[in-house]
Amino acid sequence: MKLGAYILKRIFLMVIVMFGVATIVFFITHVIPADPVGAILGGNAPIERVDAMRRQLGLDKPITLQFIDYIKGIVHADFGISLKSSRPVLKDIINYFPATIELAIASMIFAVLVGVVLGVFSAIYRNKSIDHFSRVFSILGVSMPVFWLGLLLLLLFYYHLDLLPGGGRNSLFIFPPRITGLLLLDSIIAGDWTAFWDGLSHIILPAFVLGYASAASIARIMRASMLDILKQDFIRTAKSKGLSKRVVIYRHALKNALIPVVTIIGLSFGSLLSGAVLTETIFSWPGLGRYIVNALLVLDYPAVTGGTLFIAFIYSLANLVVDISYAVLDPRMRV
Amino acid sequence: MQKVRGDLLNISKLKVVFYTYRGIIKALNGVELWMNQGERLGIVGETGCGKSVTALSIMGLIEQPGEIIEGDILFGDKLLTSMKENELINIRGKEISMIFQEPNAALNPVMKVGFQIAESIGKVKNKKIGKEVYAEVRRMLEIAGLDWERTINLYPHELSGGMAQRVMIAMALSSNPKLLIADEPTSALDVTIQAQILELLDELVKKFGNAVILITHNMGVAAEFCDKMAVMYAGNMVEYARTTNIFENPHHHYTRGLLKAVPKIGRTDELQSIPGIVPDLVNPPSGCRFHPRCKHVMDICRKDFPPLVEIKPGHYVACYLYWKEGIKNANS
Ligand SMILES: Nc1ncnc2c1ncn2[C@@H]1O[C@H](COP(=O)(O)OP(=O)(O)O)[C@@H](O)[C@H]1O
Ligand code: SF4
Ligand SMILES: [Mg+2]
Repeated sequence: MKLGAYILKRIFLMVIVMFGVATIVFFITHVIPADPVGAILGGNAPIERVDAMRRQLGLDKPITLQFIDYIKGIVHADFGISLKSSRPVLKDIINYFPATIELAIASMIFAVLVGVVLGVFSAIYRNKSIDHFSRVFSILGVSMPVFWLGLLLLLLFYYHLDLLPGGGRNSLFIFPPRITGLLLLDSIIAGDWTAFWDGLSHIILPAFVLGYASAASIARIMRASMLDILKQDFIRTAKSKGLSKRVVIYRHALKNALIPVVTIIGLSFGSLLSGAVLTETIFSWPGLGRYIVNALLVLDYPAVTGGTLFIAFIYSLANLVVDISYAVLDPRMRV
Repeated sequence: MQKVRGDLLNISKLKVVFYTYRGIIKALNGVELWMNQGERLGIVGETGCGKSVTALSIMGLIEQPGEIIEGDILFGDKLLTSMKENELINIRGKEISMIFQEPNAALNPVMKVGFQIAESIGKVKNKKIGKEVYAEVRRMLEIAGLDWERTINLYPHELSGGMAQRVMIAMALSSNPKLLIADEPTSALDVTIQAQILELLDELVKKFGNAVILITHNMGVAAEFCDKMAVMYAGNMVEYARTTNIFENPHHHYTRGLLKAVPKIGRTDELQSIPGIVPDLVNPPSGCRFHPRCKHVMDICRKDFPPLVEIKPGHYVACYLYWKEGIKNANS
């Protein structure tokens, strides 16, 4: 009951946030001094064609009217027509997004597994070798630029060792039927193991590069949180009850220590989505990040705003899920 | 091995230190303490004198940066100080239970209180946490004066301090331990609730026959509850006797100071009115640790540490003023 009301409240907040994002994105794209019509038709197009194009795109209307049309469109999940592909932007997004989400999920799984395990063990074995390893791992993770790490790994694993593919999502002529759009999931559903292993070998490097920084910060927070919890009174109670060290750590400490980490996981998801822009470019990953970058280069505004809004939407959705799991994990949050 | 002076618990020459950046804290400096089955012993003394460290030593819960560097703790015929962790696990919560000062913080915030009690019962009786164990949980909640239906599914933050301490008591007594250690169980509670909790403890240990160590810095509480009292100062037991003897005939000057400083009924302030300051345990005073605050200090007090000697039957004091009587008694 209480939890239901809490979720409703959060969804309401999310609507407000999305409206804010839509407004900001609109004004940014309409304020920058660049002319999309010129970009489409070229600098030498005759004036009548330019005017016709402006009218067709609604750019001749006053900016307030344009804004109202734009918001109306969003409410109906209509982001307009891509200037470049001439298809509805939403169709493009649906086409490109699964690759991004698949990469983000793979990075997230990697980051959470590695981060939580490293964090917990470096707290339990404080100042032992695992703790030192974790410290070095984390410092590297937060200090190495993504594009540098990506290129370095490509150089090593693709160019020199030839162990992993050099980019893309799958090899030529190997792809499973598109069911969900998540290539690995689709190949499992179709039972196409060739495609699965091929997809896996393609996703390893980009997922590692994209997830590394998150893994590093999760490991740090997890360690600090675990050390803090192990000092609490209720841990002393658990020990005084005669519980084994394992039960004290995994049943009593871990669940409490995970609470702050869940927030970081949520925030990490946001940085994974924005980091996808770079990672997708380095690894020629056919996702939404690369789609937005390409759209930006040709001033394809509907595609840019649509793509950005969509990512913002997914980000708020992830935060909503985090807040809900926060409330599920921590009974004190359910007020 | 020291002589055995109580049939339940014998602590001899217990020394505990904590290694900190400030230096080595000599928290316990050769504690002597003993008690019999079913007895109620109060440990009193100012904050920081080592009451909790003594309790945690008995539980085998002194962990780094702390260490027991000397001494024995004999519980019944078991030498706790030489036991391994996997043996101690079978003593904790089963034969010796403990409750704490901040009952809400002592409970796990993300677990229902019913489960936390069930966990204890399951552990001690070696049973899966199921219907049978939960039947026992309900019984214990009722015994602790709580309506089980209303409390069993609550989380600790939904309980008042008094209710949380009742839950802790239900949990601690669920194994019917030989010894219950209550470390300032009422210090964090409102005055009226304090009285209720003490009454409950009194009633239950009477019923089950558990021995109790009640740690408190409130002389009034100790007077009401305890058969015997041990007065602690800066890591040592300085006086140990029946409660009536402590109050009517205190010998150690620290005990006398404490009694003068007894706050009015209902006040829970720390005891502070003894002149001088609590010593720094990194560089404690030589000899008798009380000597910088003692009006009767002699040369020997600064050099040597006064042993705890029996000056009258059942009345022990660690002070050179009474040392000769003590030696006489020991020889006769
Ligand atoms: N975990 C610890 N780390 C460092 N010092 C400690 C620790 N626990 C207790 N001490 C020190 O031991 C001394 C006795 O503390 P304690 O037994 O808690 O006093 P109290 O009589 O108030 O219960 C204090 O000087 C305290 O600073
Ligand atoms: S031993 Fe000496 S200093 Fe210590 S209490 Fe007795 S008289 Fe005072
Ligand atoms: Mg204490």
